[in-house]
Amino acid sequence: QHNMLDSSDAIARSGSNPFQHLEKSAVLQEARIFNETPINPRRCLHILTKIIYLLNQGEHFGTTEATEAFFAMTRLFQSNDVSCHLLIKSVLTVSLLNSFMVFYSLTKDMTGKEDVYRGPAIRALCRITDTTMLQAIERYMKQAIVDKVPSVSSSALVSSLHMVKMSYDVVKRWVNEAQEAASSDNIMVQYHALGLLYHLRKNDRLAVTKMLNKFTKSGLKSPFAYCMLIRIASKLLDETEGGHDSPLFDFIESCLRNKNEMVVYEAASAIVHMPNCTARELAPAVSVLQLFCSSPKAALRYAAVRTLNKVAMKHPSAVTACNLDLENLITDSNRSIATLAITTLLKTGSESSVDRLMKQISSFVSEISDEFKVVVVQAISALCQKYPRKHSVMMNFLSNMLRDDGGFEYKRAIVDCIISIIEENPESKETGLAHLCEFIEDCEHTVLATKILHLLGKEGPRTPQPSKYIRFIFNRVVLESEAVRAAAVSALAKFGAQNDDLLPSVLVLMQRCMMDSDDEVRDRATFYMNVLQQKQKALNAAYIFNGLSVSIPGLEKSLHQYTLEPSEKPFDMKSVPLATTPITEPKTEIAPVATSKLPEKLARSRQDIYQEQLAAIPEFQSLGPLFKSSEPVQLTEAETEYVVRCVKHTFARHMVFQFDCTNTLNDQLLQKVVVQMEPSEAYEVIHYIPAPSLPYSQPGSCYSLVRLPDDDPTAVSCTFSCTMKYLVRDCDPNTGEPDDDGYDDEYVLEDLEVTVADHIQKILKPNFGAAWDEVGDEFEKEETFALASVRTLDEAVGNIISFLGMQPCERSDKVPENKNSHVLFLAGVFRGGHDVLVRARLALADGVTMQVTVRSSEETVVDVILASVG
Amino acid sequence: MDSTSLEPSLYTVKAIFILDNDGNRLLSKYYDPELYPSMKEQKNFERNVFNKTHKADNEIAFLEGMTIVYKSSIDLFFYVVGSAQENELMLMSVLNCMFESLSHILRKNVERRCLLDNMEGVFLVVDEIIDGGVILESDPQQVLQKVNYRLMSEPAYGFVLLDYITGNLEAQTDRSQLL
Repeated sequence: QHNMLDSSDAIARSGSNPFQHLEKSAVLQEARIFNETPINPRRCLHILTKIIYLLNQGEHFGTTEATEAFFAMTRLFQSNDVSCHLLIKSVLTVSLLNSFMVFYSLTKDMTGKEDVYRGPAIRALCRITDTTMLQAIERYMKQAIVDKVPSVSSSALVSSLHMVKMSYDVVKRWVNEAQEAASSDNIMVQYHALGLLYHLRKNDRLAVTKMLNKFTKSGLKSPFAYCMLIRIASKLLDETEGGHDSPLFDFIESCLRNKNEMVVYEAASAIVHMPNCTARELAPAVSVLQLFCSSPKAALRYAAVRTLNKVAMKHPSAVTACNLDLENLITDSNRSIATLAITTLLKTGSESSVDRLMKQISSFVSEISDEFKVVVVQAISALCQKYPRKHSVMMNFLSNMLRDDGGFEYKRAIVDCIISIIEENPESKETGLAHLCEFIEDCEHTVLATKILHLLGKEGPRTPQPSKYIRFIFNRVVLESEAVRAAAVSALAKFGAQNDDLLPSVLVLMQRCMMDSDDEVRDRATFYMNVLQQKQKALNAAYIFNGLSVSIPGLEKSLHQYTLEPSEKPFDMKSVPLATTPITEPKTEIAPVATSKLPEKLARSRQDIYQEQLAAIPEFQSLGPLFKSSEPVQLTEAETEYVVRCVKHTFARHMVFQFDCTNTLNDQLLQKVVVQMEPSEAYEVIHYIPAPSLPYSQPGSCYSLVRLPDDDPTAVSCTFSCTMKYLVRDCDPNTGEPDDDGYDDEYVLEDLEVTVADHIQKILKPNFGAAWDEVGDEFEKEETFALASVRTLDEAVGNIISFLGMQPCERSDKVPENKNSHVLFLAGVFRGGHDVLVRARLALADGVTMQVTVRSSEETVVDVILASVG
Repeated sequence: MDSTSLEPSLYTVKAIFILDNDGNRLLSKYYDPELYPSMKEQKNFERNVFNKTHKADNEIAFLEGMTIVYKSSIDLFFYVVGSAQENELMLMSVLNCMFESLSHILRKNVERRCLLDNMEGVFLVVDEIIDGGVILESDPQQVLQKVNYRLMSEPAYGFVLLDYITGNLEAQTDRSQLL
């Protein structure tokens, strides 16, 4: 008896889920009762539920199985007993006959008397409809959108929205009906109508503006619709760069007083995310968020503190008023809220509170998700920049975090943070490197290991005791994957090149690496071995410390081209475009980061893209590789009829000026657009390439080709006066149809300057000293200047960098605080491929005195630089 | 994450799912075809979310770049997923509406067994609240009005149920084309 009880118990337990052991084939077997007459609705229903459950669990139905099941279901449908509206798209693939029947039946339902069927019927119908069929039901859809039953109207509006992607042109014709629905009393209909209207009009800024005006005045009832309006308004403000005196801003601000929390929060969040908000404009938004901090609803507290965290990044002082509320959230049982509260406090609090807050974080850091750990690390990173003196506390904390478990994003954030501390604070270098060495002893992420090895190679040889890093590096060669071994070999070589007393041991280790099983590792070892054995500083500088400075995609293309056209000449490295130094973006995001799921691709640089675009124009094909492209220069004011900006492309002996023009008049079509240029110096304009046509708001480009003066290589600067000339054809603003004939017109643009910076490409020399020795003092010149108008060293450094357009090396662009003198190192390549290095010694007295030393492999280049500085 | 660029759109909800107290899926719908296109990724995501949320009833979490609001009842877990920039309170209104509607049709017995016994009603409720990621209705009373009526007549149930099937099959075929 006992046994029986047991087994019945087991049955009861497994039976607790009626769908537990469903077999697909058995269910399909059961589905045959769909064919029986009379039909048993209850049983059919149960079987349908089973099928759905199976689909939901990821069970896959093959085409034949699906066909059979659906065929059976069509019967159900025929029998009129289970009115299955939707056998839908899959049925369509089964046979056209079926689809007609389903279609017919659904159409009947959607226009039928039974209101409760009509909404679902419309939604189902739109799922299976294609553009042609949609036209067939267009009349019904229009009626349904304005139907007095809210569920019907909502279903029709939402379905129309889904159809916009596929059949924009058809749905566009329903704008009037949607407009009518927007004034419905039902809050959901209002919301759905607004959403559809916006989707149909979002590319027409004028229509969006009108729509906003109308709805912000009429006062909607739906809080969802309000949120939507706020988003549309803030997007429009952003696009039109509307000032904060705009009525749109007033509207958003007025929503802070809405009685629904959802709307209030949306408005506060919109204001916080606006660029260029002043502290005063932020204040009302911050105070509603402050109230939300003490809400009993976790979601609201979370939303509030997340948004305050955002504010604290740009305006820490605006959030200080909430410090007390944030302190209370530190103990919130929701750790996400607690983390956000602490990281916000770290940004707004004083230096003295840092230690306490750090201690509090460490008490629960293991409980929070990786996403929030990254937030913590980023907050620490920001703190280190703010309070450099706290770096030892932070470094300790980070090294503990580095030992904990965590995913790649988290570890990368920590490593990046440690590296930036090392770079900012020379005295933390050794501790930081030691932590990183420990980390790579047991690091599963190849990317991080190679990054750290690279850093060790760069920084290690210059520490007081370089030998202690060798062991960590060589361990990698023994234990790791190919990519890490190769990176370790490169790092080793740098130690050998920099430290003479280590060279013999490095050579021995290198010898071992030459027997590696991987080609890349062996090749690197052999190469470095041979370079090191020469014991020549210039070779070390060129091949070990500073490496290649060409663009990798450019090199690939040039080599490919070279192999296509066999030639006796050796391959010329100078024909390869240089790599543009990536602009390091200031770190702004410290909020929870959406981790991208896509692997990072090697992004093509802006210059590679220009190179390709220009090469496609026949007139520019003989110019050789593109040397440098400038940042775009605006030649018009922001709010003018035509907006023109220019990108200066420098080639070995020519310059190409690319004018990107936009016509902002919707009643004009411009044709044959050129920008005529009058040079002030011996520059010669040899060719204009017009933009054939410039319709309203579609940007187009025209080009001018200019030859640089050959006889005077020192003539590096020139001013061009520019005039845009074109043929105007007036057109109908609504249809865009132009008149048959037009007239010539012109428009004066601002002057365009070419300066010395346009002739120099930035090159980063990771080891400036080595590069300085490599170039040698054959063409060295030195001069002293007084910069009377400059008041600080920072300002002087900034001016020199932007004037010469060269790359600061060894982080010499950062002037340490409270110093009266500074040395700035700049590196670049002059047009034609000559390396040029500048050392500027700055001293602050009454103004700044600057002693400039220039070295290059070419004498004229040195003269050009000194002449232009003076 | 650039939160300034929240495109105004009605597509608010990325996914909805209901799990039991072992983290097994009872119902789930993904509305954004780019988010976890395969069943394996979906189940991994659900597993991860469950592991991070089942111990403490914290109402809101941020995982894999997604804002997740959730609620538990006896041996059930209800989740609503939206993008990182989404208004959290909108997601909450969906979650609350779903919970209250289900609580009503299950006669306050919001637990696994009862839910499974009324699975057809559950499917209907979810379909009346969200359509393709758009919030269709957020008032439980309204949802119940539509659903209750239909629970009385089996015929009507066919609609949404089949909608469900085709929706799923559609996603499946899209997926197989992708692979």
